[in-house]
Amino acid sequence: MKNSSILQSKTKLTACQLLLLVVIFFFWWLMTKPGLIPPFVFEDDNQAAFFFGEPVQICQVIWDWFFVNLEIYPNLAVTLTETVLAFVFGTVAGLIVGLWLALAPTAAAILDPYIKGLNSMPRVILAPIFGVWFGLGIGSKVALGITLVFFIVFFNVYQGVREVSPNVLASARMLGANKSQLLRYVYLPSATSWVFSSLHSSVGMAFVGAVVGEYLGSAMGVGYLILQAESTFDINTVMAGILVLTFCALILDLIVSFAEKYAMKWQPKGGQSEKL
Amino acid sequence: MNHPALEFTEVTCSFVTPDGNHYTAVRDVNLTIGDGEFVSVVGPTGCGKSTLLNMSAGLLSPSKGTVKVFGEELTGLNKRAGYMFQAEALMPWRTAIANVSAGLQFAGKPQNEVKEMAEHWLARVGLRGFEDRYPHELSGGMRKRVALAQTLIMDPDIILMDEPFSALDIQTRQLMENEVLDLWAQKKKAVLFITHDLDEAISISDRVVVMSAGPASHPIGEFVIDIARPRDVAEVRVTPRFIELHNAIWADLREEVLKGYENQRNKVKA
Repeated sequence: MKNSSILQSKTKLTACQLLLLVVIFFFWWLMTKPGLIPPFVFEDDNQAAFFFGEPVQICQVIWDWFFVNLEIYPNLAVTLTETVLAFVFGTVAGLIVGLWLALAPTAAAILDPYIKGLNSMPRVILAPIFGVWFGLGIGSKVALGITLVFFIVFFNVYQGVREVSPNVLASARMLGANKSQLLRYVYLPSATSWVFSSLHSSVGMAFVGAVVGEYLGSAMGVGYLILQAESTFDINTVMAGILVLTFCALILDLIVSFAEKYAMKWQPKGGQSEKL
Repeated sequence: MNHPALEFTEVTCSFVTPDGNHYTAVRDVNLTIGDGEFVSVVGPTGCGKSTLLNMSAGLLSPSKGTVKVFGEELTGLNKRAGYMFQAEALMPWRTAIANVSAGLQFAGKPQNEVKEMAEHWLARVGLRGFEDRYPHELSGGMRKRVALAQTLIMDPDIILMDEPFSALDIQTRQLMENEVLDLWAQKKKAVLFITHDLDEAISISDRVVVMSAGPASHPIGEFVIDIARPRDVAEVRVTPRFIELHNAIWADLREEVLKGYENQRNKVKA
């Protein structure tokens, strides 16, 4: 009873979500298809399609990318590699520095203005510099992604460690935990919950780093495909690239959710009673 | 000669409040807890009971005076004590059994031995079958039992308890008190038990210490509880001797409770 009702509502939910997607695409198609309805914003019948692209054409481009000319695979692989590398390195660095500074108040006090400064700096502006330092390959994009991911994770870990329950901490100390054991068994697990709450935004940021990096100078990647298409005003290809990227970001977010569900199973969830 | 488990000599503990004032929690405390003795400290709210306990644990160091543990002056954490906190102190990311085994794990005991001991202790506090539950999946009383097992598995020579059952309903509370008494009777460790509940204090202790109202509180009375053991905490409450002792201690405590209440009311007014 319980399982089937949850299943039912889940299927219903997914159906509604898909329906909304279809409605959006239908509206898009309706408004942009040349000659379908008389133009009321633009002067010309073709202008709507020129500015906003046409869903059918966009799907055609995506289909071609994936099943005809296979152009997307190497590019997507590059973008995803950059994203994953930036995500992993940025997260690990943020975790380590966050733990360190939270447990070393003097160092934290000294570095405080620098961290705030680096965090408020618009870091996308660093992309050309990274291009000069690390070349046009994946290195510069990973570097940009790391600078974006690092601060999100860092601030969350920093906050998380400082908000460890003093009772739990005192209790662990009374049970004989030494410094490294406190770090491993109390600070780290406590900070993990904060890390996970930041991972959703940081996976998006890693993606932004990769694509913006490619957009500003590269020879491979989905950002590069979009840039190329833009230079020839091929709006359909631009839109296709954006859709593919969005889809990939959704999948990455889903993976994070799964990992979170597994790692955070000790956290209480609301309304866990069961219907009999 | 046998040293007492805990010995406070002229202990004063004061704090600097965030607005720069000094607050003296306890002043000139002399208190001795013998080896294997069950001592309760009662007093009005804000009388520095927890301060006393934190000093026994070595989490706080006295501003003046000395705390001796089995004859040796305490510096740093009290390694011979186990502490059961008033608030929730279980690690929420660990299952019941992992929480109970934490201390032994920290001590570097072999894994299979730790597991066996932890299972044994969970069973002893009546939680067989709840090994893999996380704290949030347990009731308040069960969490307290896990905390009890977590403390006692280390076999500490001194057990410090800070109103451990104050959040429990009266029935669960009496069950837990009886369990603590059972476990204590088997091992006869020194216990320093903090409570604001006089009934609880009399029914489980060998000796009850009454603290004056804060600030600068200190013990103002000591009562030996000469009720025969083993006791049942619920049954003992209706015996004549219990009522006699209760009246005697309450006569002392009552004034302090009123004073403490008055102090806090003035603080609110000021």
